[in-house]
Amino acid sequence: MKAKSLRIGKNWLYAPLIFMSIFYLLPMYVMLVTGFKPFEEVNLKTMWALPHTIAFDNYVEAFRHLAPSLRNSFVMVIPATIISSFLGSLNGYVLAKWKFKGADVIFPLILFGMFIPYQSILIPLVQFMKSANLTGIPGLILAHVIYGIPITTLTFRNYYASLPQELIEAARIDGANMLGVYRWILLPISIPSFVVVLIWQFTSAWNDFLFAVVLTGNEQWPITVALNNMAGSQIIAWNVQMAGSLLAALPTLLVYLFLGQYFLRGLLAGSLKG
Amino acid sequence: MSKKFWYSLIAVLMLTALVLSACGGAATQAPAQTQPPAQGGKEVEVFSWWTGGGEAAGLEAMIKVFNAKYPDIKFINAAVAGGAGTNARAVLATRLQSGDPPDSWQGHAGQELIGTYVAGNQIQPLNDLYESEGWLKVMPQTLIPLISQDGKIYSVPVNIHRANVLWYNPKILEDNKIAVPTTIDEWFAAMDKLKAAGVTPLALGEQWTKMHLLETILLGTLGAEKYNGLWNGTTDWGSAEVKTALENFQKAMTYANTDSASLSWQDAAQLVVNGDAAFNVMGDWAEGYFRELGKKPKVDYGWAPVPGSVGVFQFLSDSFVLAVGAPDPEAAVAWLKVAGSKEGQEAFNPVKGSICARTDCDKALFGEYLQSAMDDWASNVVVGSLTHGVVANDSWKSEIDTALGLFVSNGDLAAFQSALVNACKSSGPCK
Amino acid sequence: MFKNKDRYLSFLLVLPSILAVMIFIYGFIGWSIRVSLSQWKGLNPNFAWAGLNNYIELFSDPRFMVDIRNTVIFTVVFVVGCIVVGFFLAVMLDQGLKGEAFFRTLFLFPMAISFIVTGVVWRWLMNPATGSRMSGLNLLFSYLHLDFLINNWHTTPTWGIAAVALAAIWQMSGYTMALYLAGLRSIPLELREAAQIDGASEWQIYRHVILPILTPVTLSALIILGHISLKVFDLIIAMAGKQLALDVPAIYMWQTTFDGLFYARGAAIATLLLISVAVLIIPYMWFTLRSEKQL
Repeated sequence: MKAKSLRIGKNWLYAPLIFMSIFYLLPMYVMLVTGFKPFEEVNLKTMWALPHTIAFDNYVEAFRHLAPSLRNSFVMVIPATIISSFLGSLNGYVLAKWKFKGADVIFPLILFGMFIPYQSILIPLVQFMKSANLTGIPGLILAHVIYGIPITTLTFRNYYASLPQELIEAARIDGANMLGVYRWILLPISIPSFVVVLIWQFTSAWNDFLFAVVLTGNEQWPITVALNNMAGSQIIAWNVQMAGSLLAALPTLLVYLFLGQYFLRGLLAGSLKG
Repeated sequence: MSKKFWYSLIAVLMLTALVLSACGGAATQAPAQTQPPAQGGKEVEVFSWWTGGGEAAGLEAMIKVFNAKYPDIKFINAAVAGGAGTNARAVLATRLQSGDPPDSWQGHAGQELIGTYVAGNQIQPLNDLYESEGWLKVMPQTLIPLISQDGKIYSVPVNIHRANVLWYNPKILEDNKIAVPTTIDEWFAAMDKLKAAGVTPLALGEQWTKMHLLETILLGTLGAEKYNGLWNGTTDWGSAEVKTALENFQKAMTYANTDSASLSWQDAAQLVVNGDAAFNVMGDWAEGYFRELGKKPKVDYGWAPVPGSVGVFQFLSDSFVLAVGAPDPEAAVAWLKVAGSKEGQEAFNPVKGSICARTDCDKALFGEYLQSAMDDWASNVVVGSLTHGVVANDSWKSEIDTALGLFVSNGDLAAFQSALVNACKSSGPCK
Repeated sequence: MFKNKDRYLSFLLVLPSILAVMIFIYGFIGWSIRVSLSQWKGLNPNFAWAGLNNYIELFSDPRFMVDIRNTVIFTVVFVVGCIVVGFFLAVMLDQGLKGEAFFRTLFLFPMAISFIVTGVVWRWLMNPATGSRMSGLNLLFSYLHLDFLINNWHTTPTWGIAAVALAAIWQMSGYTMALYLAGLRSIPLELREAAQIDGASEWQIYRHVILPILTPVTLSALIILGHISLKVFDLIIAMAGKQLALDVPAIYMWQTTFDGLFYARGAAIATLLLISVAVLIIPYMWFTLRSEKQL
């Protein structure tokens, strides 16, 4: 009886979901149709109108501009994302469950770093990286890892803090040491948090422009700089720009689609272990 | 499962480290591969904000000329885009502060370069180059003082754009029996008539387009000499004439579309060629935009000097400089020679949609509008643009920008004028 | 009860992060504070002492007052909006509906696109022109006979910045949803079942069981969204150009530093931003850490 009433309730839920979907889709619709329009059809008045003919010219042109920097983006984003997620998970574990003396001071200090306005530290950052000879992609990876520490640590720490301490005690009684507890008990159930952090780090590293443009030279530019460079300083072809930004967003979208699977699997693993 | 996950994580980490080191190797090898063999390894790195559209194509054309003339110098194109060059300027400032200047970079000719880079001792005077290349004879006499400081010339202008252009829709003017205005009063009368007829008289966009309008109205009201005086300290910013000019500006804004805050300059200019507004004041890069939209000169759009500024050419120019401490000064000078040459400028400008800074370029290479601009460039009085970096240094301009922004939101003219007086005192030549 | 070796190891594990944070965050903050107390104006560094002059000037600067107002409005609308919308979406997606993966990806997708382009699309959507030039959302509303919704969006005086926050909510509420969804999924099923057996309604379960458990998630969301709202930059530039009505400290800092070369003033703005964050966050952090200890 209970289950039945729930089912009726569930169908009703589609109405607000679809309404919200429209809110999410409207700007994407504009982006998509503009990406197919020739330059002279890009006009505020006709922004809702479909293009007269479907042509892939804009996409071809955008791809021509973006392709050379695509590899740079992957080479930079993948290690930056994985290393910073992993670091954040270890930090979160230690700061939530192995509070050494001063851990409660360290955590807010790390967290506070999130609020640093990047524009204001560009100059010392570039000077530091140049003097440490960390230019180009490795320097960019390092910057993303370091400035990712606050947010990844925060996410994992709050998640681990919500887990009962007994979980860890039990494993310790079974003889696991500190790393063992992390490896056997926490890692398997932190997949949802990993998914969230990976999504965040991947997206922010992929979309970052500021660090990339000052830390790398023109042969190592990631896709955001290339995308930005498609615009001139005076006339901007928004149709090509929209096409390009949709192309540039594809890898992130694929990450969501791919990690969405793990979302569910992580859920299953978590609920089975209880 | 957890064990597997743990190991696969390590595997992924190691793999990425491997990929990283491999790519690092590839990246360091890449320049060696692209460099043509058997050369002395000379190279010139040129920084600009020409990355898209006609600008990038024009730069490519000029690089071709350079490569033909200097086959043993490798050209490194370090262009970074950014609305009106702002991102690019931040990148350049960061590079200069960490002691890593490119050989040459692009900047707006005039105080933007002088106030920033000469004051910071980052660029070198080029008088010898002007002498040896004979540029003094082919560039307008009134231009040279605007790009010099204490008799030293600091940059090589490649192109010229005109800022004081009034674009209009010929059909709207014809339908309402309006002649193209030549004075500010005629202009206001025409716009009153249009307003009464239910036409939007003036198309305006976001804040910098308002500064652009302001500078042209200052010029139109004060005339060339007093306009120049604003920037060298001989015209008083607090005077009644300036007040009149600011009132004209305030009045002009009342004729504008109400949604100006949400339009880019492109959106605003498009209103004129689409018949949604009668006038628009914008630099002549708008002409390149109209052409890309497939519009016809004199049919879909007409042009005239901004009322009150007939016979005056308010210019802005992209120009290149020689860095102090350029990694390869010889190669940098080679680039500047091409940038100032007839051949280089004839390759660049028709593609970019601007005119040559030199007055001896072949007219046949240019379209109808640009030909008329070339005539004016060679014959008119030349004054500089504020919005585009000629007449005021960056700090001054940014203070004027803030004052203008406050004025646009609160309409307080007296406060605006006193803010302008203060800006000239704190960052300009006023005492 | 912990072995000493483990304590030692745990400290070693976080040591690299601590060092990195000390140099790259606190070292640079120190640099920035030093610049804010200097007379640096122009391209070349000038560390001549200026005391608190740059700060005093900012507080009599009408532009900075506009910035503070805009930041407060933006932060409130954006943070509350994202949390409400994100939580609402997460709860709905947690009901095990068909097509969950589709909706989840859809709501996350805006995050994948750079602010620079979404800003332009929203500027088009929120065009306030009237009459024959009406376009964007206003035109859509007029098609749908929802004329009362037609408004001036981001060109509204004073409150225009709230319209920019709407675009930011569009972009970031999907991430908030992901945070809550991950939180909801980490709640053991038994807990809900136990509450159901006790006769609690769905609503009561959410109110008394789930919401308290999700408090750390809300804390994360508040901090993450808060830091975005203080740094918002690209989106506003793309939507509005650099117009004073929609100015925020991050834009003022960028313009004054890189366009105007007032490095000292730019650093003073950055420092004030950090101080205001510290004032907001430190008591909150102190409170949460204390209440955790009491558990």
